[in-house]
Amino acid sequence: MLIEFFLKLKDSGLPVSVKEYLTLLEAVKAGLPGYSVDGFYYLSRACLVKDESNYDKFDRVFGAYFKGLTALPETLAATIPEEWLRRQAELLLSDEDKALVESLGGWDKLMETLRRRLEEQKGRHQGGSKWIGTAGTSPFGAYGFNPEGVRIGQDGSRNRRAVKVWDERQYRNLDDSVELGTRNIKVALKRLRRFAREGAAEELDLDDTIRSTARNAGWLDIRMVPERHNAVKVLLFLDVGGSMDDHVKVCEELFSATRTEFKHLEYFYFHNFLYESVWKDNRRRNSERFGTLTLLHTFPHDYKVIFVGDATMSPYEIAYPGGSVEHHNEEAGAVWLQRVLDVYPRTVWLNPQPEDRWDYYDSVRMTRQLMGDRMYPLTIDGLDRAMKELTR
Amino acid sequence: MRFTGTDTYVATDDLMMAVNAAITLERPLLIKGEPGTGKTMLALEVAKALGRPLHQWHVKSTAKAQQGLYEYDAVSRLRDSQLGDGRVHDIANYIKRGPVWEAFESGTPAVLLIDEIDKADIEFPNDLLRELDRMEFYVYETQQTVRARHRPAMIITSNNEKELPDAFLRRCFFHYIRFPDRETMEKIVEVHFSGLKRSLLQQALTVFFEIREVPGLKKKPSTSELLDWLKLLVAEDIPEEALHSQDQGKIIPPLHGALLKNEQDVHLFERLVFMARRGRS
Repeated sequence: MLIEFFLKLKDSGLPVSVKEYLTLLEAVKAGLPGYSVDGFYYLSRACLVKDESNYDKFDRVFGAYFKGLTALPETLAATIPEEWLRRQAELLLSDEDKALVESLGGWDKLMETLRRRLEEQKGRHQGGSKWIGTAGTSPFGAYGFNPEGVRIGQDGSRNRRAVKVWDERQYRNLDDSVELGTRNIKVALKRLRRFAREGAAEELDLDDTIRSTARNAGWLDIRMVPERHNAVKVLLFLDVGGSMDDHVKVCEELFSATRTEFKHLEYFYFHNFLYESVWKDNRRRNSERFGTLTLLHTFPHDYKVIFVGDATMSPYEIAYPGGSVEHHNEEAGAVWLQRVLDVYPRTVWLNPQPEDRWDYYDSVRMTRQLMGDRMYPLTIDGLDRAMKELTR
Repeated sequence: MRFTGTDTYVATDDLMMAVNAAITLERPLLIKGEPGTGKTMLALEVAKALGRPLHQWHVKSTAKAQQGLYEYDAVSRLRDSQLGDGRVHDIANYIKRGPVWEAFESGTPAVLLIDEIDKADIEFPNDLLRELDRMEFYVYETQQTVRARHRPAMIITSNNEKELPDAFLRRCFFHYIRFPDRETMEKIVEVHFSGLKRSLLQQALTVFFEIREVPGLKKKPSTSELLDWLKLLVAEDIPEEALHSQDQGKIIPPLHGALLKNEQDVHLFERLVFMARRGRS
């Protein structure tokens, strides 16, 4: 009986392992849950779920599986607080989406539909069937929004996805930032660490101690060195907007991982290709720009440079002056990229497009050529190769 | 032996189940939760309730897994060798035991707290896998294997700063301490301030939960802040009326510095109150 429960959990996408399942059996055998469903619920949750963002998923599977077995404990009941609807809604829609919203009768109408659906859900809940399942997400799917679609303002947490917000029941307030799932990226980035000794002397330097003791005619002279710290310096250039919208999630994860991994990290944004200026804040991209030339003069050549972009554009944007889609550029993008390459010998380009599609785009081929083949796909394996290249 | 909370710690049913499962099966228990919800306190209280000795290991960003087991003090050995100290010949004299070793060697089953494991390097939890699983480790300097005489109850806390590796998670029980609801909060306050006037408590809790609802706060006040604040209110003998207002949310509660720990939060809060007042008049 429990095997099926376990498999259901696995099917629903919970990361459960056999070891955890065995632990649960062991605990049941030890008589821990007593004879109550509450006890078994708490125990199985403690055994099988290792992240609070998965609590809700677990609740739903548990509810569906043990439905009808007995009355469910009060704490499991899903509720949809009205305040969700009252909270200020924030939109992150592309133009097509907006048009779609209009065609459905405008934003108010949409929210009205959404509200009605949620009320309907609440009604059903009071009607006795407590387990609603994932219906909460469906209004979005039905209207064809992208996953970033409607975001209901949630305590300033920027990284939440709309689906999550609606879907979560009891644990809806838990933080589900991009940090989750970035562990793999961090481990790959770890390759890039270069340790340098800086700061207060805390470690025994054996070689130097022996040397200076010998010089001291055998009278002990202890030498200490500072502990090693990660001293690698990174310049990150991120392509934003346009075709990069499809890759927002993976780029966010990468960005989140790099931010915590490197102490010396500077990041800048560009659109499609590097020209004479870049910016740090997308909201003020028109007023606050940094000259690429200034950057080249500001950051010493031991910085490692990582470009992140799909390099999918018209070849003119790379090869010709004035080819940029946004402004008139005096010099071709290729010239600017070459300047960066001249100053920073350690440079790679990470491309979120799958590697086997690169050949279809002239612009990718050109960029790759400019980069001297140092373009890598934005996968764990690609990152690994890129970091190897950077540390070579 | 079952943990059911103590006279100074209110444990919810699910927390009790998680703790008891970890104690019974002798597996580590990983605790997460908002800061100030009593993660570290839990270990202290479990030790107290079960009458077991407590060993604490507070992890820092520079901590290495090795330091929890033992440290070899080569420098003082070198110095002693110069002075002709007899202890030099036994390397064991220079092995300093860490909290994990102490907990393993303890004559009675102990409680071991590994606090804020997420502060350390990303590989830190991976370096402790064997120690958590088998409850033993090897000391290279003296070539001995230290085995736990009694498997200690391990309580590990995390603030979610870093994601922990799967292999590590699989070996633990997990519990997320949810922020207490009003009812639980009343119980918690009750065990700390048993003599508190009911009406004052009600009033204070209302103010407290209202502040928590203020949108955009960087750090929401949590249980420990509430307890501090109540302590101040009692000490200063603030009358209940000071918390009372015709329009909730339109007064600045006394001593709000105990609840809001962040300058920007205080500013934001005062501005909101000010705006609410202006809207009224």
